[in-house]
Amino acid sequence: MAIYDARRRSNGIWLALCYASAAFGLGWLVIILATLLWRGFGGLSLVVFTQNTPPPDESGGLLNAIVGSLIMTGLGVGIGTPLGLLAGTYMAEYGRHSKLTFVVRFINDILLSAPSIVIGLFVYQVMVTRMGHFSGIAGAVALAVIVVPVVVRTTEDMLLLVPGPLREAASALGLPRSTVIRRVAYKAARAGLITGVLLAVARVSGETAPLLFTALNNQFFSTNLNEPMASLPAIIFQFAMSPYAAWQSLAWSGALIITFAVLGLSIFARVLGARGGTR
Amino acid sequence: MADIAVESGRVAYDDAARRARVLNAFRLRDGTFHALTLSAAIAVLLILGGVIISLIEGSMPAIKAFGFGFLVSSAWNPVTDQYGALSAIYGTLVTSAIAMLIAVPVGIGIGIFLTELCPDILRRPIGIAVELLAGIPSIIYGIWGLFVFAPFLQQHFQPGLIALFSKVPVLNMLFAGPPYGIGMLTAGFILAIMVLPFVAAISRDVFDTVPPLLKEAGRGIGCTTWEVVRKVIIPYTRVGVIGGVMLGLGRALGETMAVTFVIGNADVIPHSLLAPGTTISAAIANEFTEAVGDLYTSALIELGLILFVITFFVLAIARFMLMRLERKAG
Repeated sequence: MAIYDARRRSNGIWLALCYASAAFGLGWLVIILATLLWRGFGGLSLVVFTQNTPPPDESGGLLNAIVGSLIMTGLGVGIGTPLGLLAGTYMAEYGRHSKLTFVVRFINDILLSAPSIVIGLFVYQVMVTRMGHFSGIAGAVALAVIVVPVVVRTTEDMLLLVPGPLREAASALGLPRSTVIRRVAYKAARAGLITGVLLAVARVSGETAPLLFTALNNQFFSTNLNEPMASLPAIIFQFAMSPYAAWQSLAWSGALIITFAVLGLSIFARVLGARGGTR
Repeated sequence: MADIAVESGRVAYDDAARRARVLNAFRLRDGTFHALTLSAAIAVLLILGGVIISLIEGSMPAIKAFGFGFLVSSAWNPVTDQYGALSAIYGTLVTSAIAMLIAVPVGIGIGIFLTELCPDILRRPIGIAVELLAGIPSIIYGIWGLFVFAPFLQQHFQPGLIALFSKVPVLNMLFAGPPYGIGMLTAGFILAIMVLPFVAAISRDVFDTVPPLLKEAGRGIGCTTWEVVRKVIIPYTRVGVIGGVMLGLGRALGETMAVTFVIGNADVIPHSLLAPGTTISAAIANEFTEAVGDLYTSALIELGLILFVITFFVLAIARFMLMRLERKAG
């Protein structure tokens, strides 16, 4: 009977620890979101969206940073998505069992979790030193390099979920392979593909490290891709590390904006993915 | 009669010609699309190749100047142009170790909770919440760590820690005061919170691959839930769990912004875990744009190269382990 009690006791203790770890993990999410709302919401007003970043200890907004982030994220996703989509298509459709696909998948998975600061150094070497100055376009390229593996991964996964008979039926009608892929496979996997792109947007819109020495930063409003460009994460970094209270408060507002944009995007992507019948 | 024959002959010829034309167009379009997708796939390989080559190219001046000594020297002096990577490597390894020490058991616990204990109706929402935690940008963890978490630790956690270990040999060195708030330990804690969702999500996915039959067999011979977890689920998924842990480690090693905010950015090897230090990624993020002189820049790029090589191997091992489990699961 003693053994039986001991087993029951150890079962109870370990399972209680599992419950505790789940509460611990979710607790951080709650604490972080609560802090963001508490510290960031007060500073949030229309001014944040309509005025540029101020000099120290003056009031202002984050307009140039928001615009810069939108431009570079849009451009980065615009460059990275087609490349990732095509590469994923090759892996799932043409070369499903080839050696190349195996290698690309392995390398892609490594790129997917490679430190983003190293991507920044890469683009610095390739673009910034060649051009001689920091620029918005270099920032966009750095983000594109981060977008590619995300899109490759989801594209391949989603196309592999499309049932084979669907493709065979289209091929039996005499359609060429490329038409089968574009008109049948893409269409069947559409929700999943869009989910992948949305997740990529969510991933890069908070990226800071690769922008620090590609797009640098800019205190003024600029849409010139050939010049240094402001971005929300870079401004948050600069303002939060500064000793000025007004800047720190703006940093919190920026953090609130980014977090809710990213969380909103990922929730939307998941809802869309679930409705498409894929996960 | 002859007219008709000629007529139908032309029709047949026209038909064949049109069909050949269409087929050719199909073939061309097909070939183009195939080539396009193939070159995109190769481009992914080229990106990785480009990263490695450009990092090596950029760090050449530093490699030539310091050679192997770069890895074992802790000198970091922009004034005399003397650089060594040891203090950054030390900081990276120590903060990651602290993070994994906390995140691995808790993450696996969450994985077990989600697969074995959680009521069905809560499984998906809690799973999504964990994934959202993974999606929060690292700069948010940084600003939160600097303004909320570090002051909290400084006032309520570190003084107790110092007092607790002040009489214990070795540990009183590791936890020597004063409590700065920011420092190696705080950076490790922040990393733990960031890595936790990755370990949890992968543990859950991996535990899900265990065939129900095995678990039911365990129950059938009278195992408690914990015994099923300990004796059936974990042995079956060991490779996958290790893969997930390595994946989390890869994240922790390369994490930049969150660490930069709370590590304190001191280019030294601190004797106490409570003192400020630096990591590879924090040093790059902090000093790169202010680096004057080719050797300074080059030394920072070499730091990046070292970080990339370390994470490359960690991630490669992780993928290899996860692949082995996938093959086992069919």
